[in-house]
Amino acid sequence: MALQDKDRIFTNVYGYQPWNLKAAQARGDWDNTKDLLARGRDAIIEEMKASGLRGRGGAGFPTGMKWSFMPKEPNPSRPGFLVINADESEPGSCKDREIIRHDPHKLIEGALVAGFAMGARAAYIYIRGEYIREAETLFAAVQEAYDAGLVGKNASGSGYDFDVFVHRGAGAYICGEETAMIESLEGKKGQPRLKPPFPAGAGLYGCPTTVNNVESIAVAPTILRRGAAWFSSFGRDNNKGTKLFQISGHVDKPCVVEEEMSIPFRELIERHCGGIRGGWDNLLAVIPGGSSVPLVPAAEILDAPMDFDGLKALGSGLGTAAVIVMDKSTDIVRAISRLSYFYKHESCGQCTPCREGTGWMWRVMERLRTGDAAVEEIDMLQQVTKQVEGHTICALGDAAAWPIQGLIRHFRPELERRIAENVREAAE
Amino acid sequence: MADRYIEPETPELRARWGTFAFTPEWEAKAKAAIARYPEGRQRSAVMALLDYAQRQVGEETQTQGWLPIPVMEYVATYLDMPVIRVVEVATFYTMYNLVPVGRYHVQVCGTTPCMLRGSDDIMAACKARGMSKGHTSDDGMWTLTEVECMGNCASAPMAQINDDNYEDLTAERLNHVLDELAAGRTPKTGTQEPGRHTVEPLGGPTSLKEMVGENHDYRGEW
Repeated sequence: MALQDKDRIFTNVYGYQPWNLKAAQARGDWDNTKDLLARGRDAIIEEMKASGLRGRGGAGFPTGMKWSFMPKEPNPSRPGFLVINADESEPGSCKDREIIRHDPHKLIEGALVAGFAMGARAAYIYIRGEYIREAETLFAAVQEAYDAGLVGKNASGSGYDFDVFVHRGAGAYICGEETAMIESLEGKKGQPRLKPPFPAGAGLYGCPTTVNNVESIAVAPTILRRGAAWFSSFGRDNNKGTKLFQISGHVDKPCVVEEEMSIPFRELIERHCGGIRGGWDNLLAVIPGGSSVPLVPAAEILDAPMDFDGLKALGSGLGTAAVIVMDKSTDIVRAISRLSYFYKHESCGQCTPCREGTGWMWRVMERLRTGDAAVEEIDMLQQVTKQVEGHTICALGDAAAWPIQGLIRHFRPELERRIAENVREAAE
Repeated sequence: MADRYIEPETPELRARWGTFAFTPEWEAKAKAAIARYPEGRQRSAVMALLDYAQRQVGEETQTQGWLPIPVMEYVATYLDMPVIRVVEVATFYTMYNLVPVGRYHVQVCGTTPCMLRGSDDIMAACKARGMSKGHTSDDGMWTLTEVECMGNCASAPMAQINDDNYEDLTAERLNHVLDELAAGRTPKTGTQEPGRHTVEPLGGPTSLKEMVGENHDYRGEW
């Protein structure tokens, strides 16, 4: 059965109504938040664990468990921090933007609830620099929350002091990696740190820190109000809840929409996107979770459940649920090569395999695109992706390698055809 | 990594920018930014201050603004940090312009989701107007940059021009936006698709239809 409107969390996702505090309260936000906090830290974390919520930023780590890693006893000399990752930069992802500009109070209330549950003193919301108007909205919404006494000293009358700050990025994909984000918050280049120590032990300013995605935080108050059983009634086991899907590319009507987890791909597209451009027979391949996950050919994705485990079984992943659809008019090699260029552009330059490898892989991809490579180079490229993958501090190297591996796995005949025909002139 | 170059230091550059200081308006913002971080962690505000400095330079030059070396030095002194640490930040993050730019900085997204929806046409439309990637037009009006994913994938293709996004573009729609800007007017921002509000499916939402007309409270149906 289709997800009903009453079970959608982000009711103002399209921004038909104002984002401001008064309108948000009329929709149910900030409704007796004091009572939510009065349940206590442990009860909130248990409820989040029971809800089955897995992090919405891509990796899918259980959110409640992440919160429980923070120190139990507060230490005034090392206060805890909640860092909210609003550095949405994964190609295909455009959901956090809608939350921030149309429903910011869900995020701010979530920050208080989550921050309280993990014993943090303050939250920093790290919003990507390019979201200029969105950041203006967020700054204004935070100010509204302060003026109404919902955050700050004695937040929402709970007796708990909690600050919420907004920090703007300035255009670096890598800052979406949690330790790079912490570096950036400290006023440095956003280059990831080695782990351990993990942020929950030593993060921002050396203090215990938890980094969560915007969506993971923004759904928390609704989960607490409606209960873990409600949230976990959607989706398959281990893949619970509702989720914002972002469908881009060759569908008739690209959109962002909240649906239940595990919805089959075909149903998602039929119900909300008006189908594939040119009909289902025209579907070539889908990148189901943002640019970092391998593509899935049409035949395999059609009836696949859109969730963490279902897409993992296809050798791909749910990522941020950014679904990039490609029909048969797509130059598939160029589409992936453009992603290789993206990773080359965004590599922070810290680890050699990634700094050198992303540029190398892009250059070979371009030669494969034009058919100027030799057939042996396909295997060589595959080998190099394996040498980049897993040999860098953060996952950007992996993310650069996977789309290419997916292309070779599923479209090798196309690569060989281009080399055989040397399609350069046609491609130029 | 992105190829980026700093405008070389010259006596003329220093003469023009050596006396840079925040105006009272930007200074107030800078102080507010520093106050967001714990005592002694003022360095965290470097990103905000570089942004403010760039915007002030923009106001003084009637452009989007950029960061001459003396301005970076000013920010370093303001935050009591080594100049090189400021230069590192300014060169690492792509939104800081390291060379002068035009009145309007046209940033066309070219990453795969936009590419699939026709960003080639958008780029071609810019070039047809005499812009070229990485350069500023002779009249100082336009700087063209191809940028990486801007997070507007469900309303692609798009361009960000200074502080505003223009989405669901076609060559024709982009030309209209640029004509309006050139004429000193303020074109509609956001989606350029007639009848589309934001990122709902074209033709009207497939969910949450009550929200179109009223601020519906769904709690009664829980």
